[in-house]
Amino acid sequence: MSGIISQNVGRTSGLVKAVAAGGGVWTLIKTLTASADSDLSFVDGTDDVVLDSTYPIYVFKFINIHPESVYVFTFQGSTDTGSSYGVEATTTFFKSQQTEAGASAGVSYDTSMDQEQSTAFIYSGRPLAADNDASISGTLTIFNPSSTTFVKHYMYSNQIMGTYCQNAFGAGYFNTTSAIDAFQFKMQTDNIDAGKIKLYGIGDS
Amino acid sequence: MSGIIAQNTLDGSGLIKSPEGGGAWNFIKKLTASGDADLSFVDGTDDVVLDSTYKTYVFTFNNIHPETDNGILQFNLSIDGGSNYNVAKTTTAFRSYHDEGGSSTGFEYTAANDLAQGTGPQMIIPVIGADNDQSGSGSLHLFNPSSTTFVKHFMSRSTFAQSSEYTETCYVGGYGNTTSAVDAIQFSMDSDNIDAGDICLYGIST
Repeated sequence: MSGIISQNVGRTSGLVKAVAAGGGVWTLIKTLTASADSDLSFVDGTDDVVLDSTYPIYVFKFINIHPESVYVFTFQGSTDTGSSYGVEATTTFFKSQQTEAGASAGVSYDTSMDQEQSTAFIYSGRPLAADNDASISGTLTIFNPSSTTFVKHYMYSNQIMGTYCQNAFGAGYFNTTSAIDAFQFKMQTDNIDAGKIKLYGIGDS
Repeated sequence: MSGIIAQNTLDGSGLIKSPEGGGAWNFIKKLTASGDADLSFVDGTDDVVLDSTYKTYVFTFNNIHPETDNGILQFNLSIDGGSNYNVAKTTTAFRSYHDEGGSSTGFEYTAANDLAQGTGPQMIIPVIGADNDQSGSGSLHLFNPSSTTFVKHFMSRSTFAQSSEYTETCYVGGYGNTTSAVDAIQFSMDSDNIDAGDICLYGIST
């Protein structure tokens, strides 16, 4: 670049050259809103969803996911554009929690929430309460899902209202060198009564 | 807005009006490792901005791959434009892990990974496996590095594949114990080179 535009590299005012993806580093790709849905799925190439090499990092935001009944909110990936969800994954999990009565406070590993080389849906945290004001909100980050070289690392952190007020932290990898091109979110049992899931791509140019 | 600028709203090319304090992440620089001893971001060099332009900077690590098993990705800070990387740091670190065989889990403080006024590098992704499909990914937040009043806080969170077939997530928090402006940061492995991987620098406008 030359002239005024080159002088404005790294600036936060005036005219700058647009980034390749347009409009900023975090790009909102898709919002899905639950209304008693059995699942919410993001499939690359379907309904404007981008989940490929366009971005090196993708972030899902869960906003007030409310269950029909008291079960765990879960997720899984797909290597066949959503034909099946069951990629082998190993996850580690810990949480900080306390009840509203001030009991059971602590921080600890939770072996009931992790998994090893399992194709099951991955637990995001302990079961949610189904009270009208209860939900889960949080973030899931997936690194380089389109890689055909590396396993696919993910990290998540959620805040849950259930039996406990729980701050949940998980991380792991989908043990595949195939590209992950779809994600599905669902409750362990019954439907997602309400809530939004937003998918963002984080650009690197 | 009107005219060309308005027409380019949300466009991915051409001229746009920069965000005015929208809380946005602004891409600054991407470095890609290829058998490098280190990757350094120095303010004012190669389009790197690491000054008072932003109050918070974020580094993302994507598929950092070591040359040999158990490579540790680490970083250090500079207050002299990258001439020296040796800022004293006090840090805290903990981790959670689980092996593929399901026989070993843990959640613990990791004293081996912290510093108490140490001027050496601070670990951010420990013991990464060197198998072709193993790597480490995560992020590091650096707060207000240009301050000449406060020490320089940072936090990192990473997830990686250990050489012994574990998944592990590691958290580090601490501060560079200096009231001088930090204007450069260097990433390296504790031994050997960074075989592959990307590190991106973003500034968060407020």
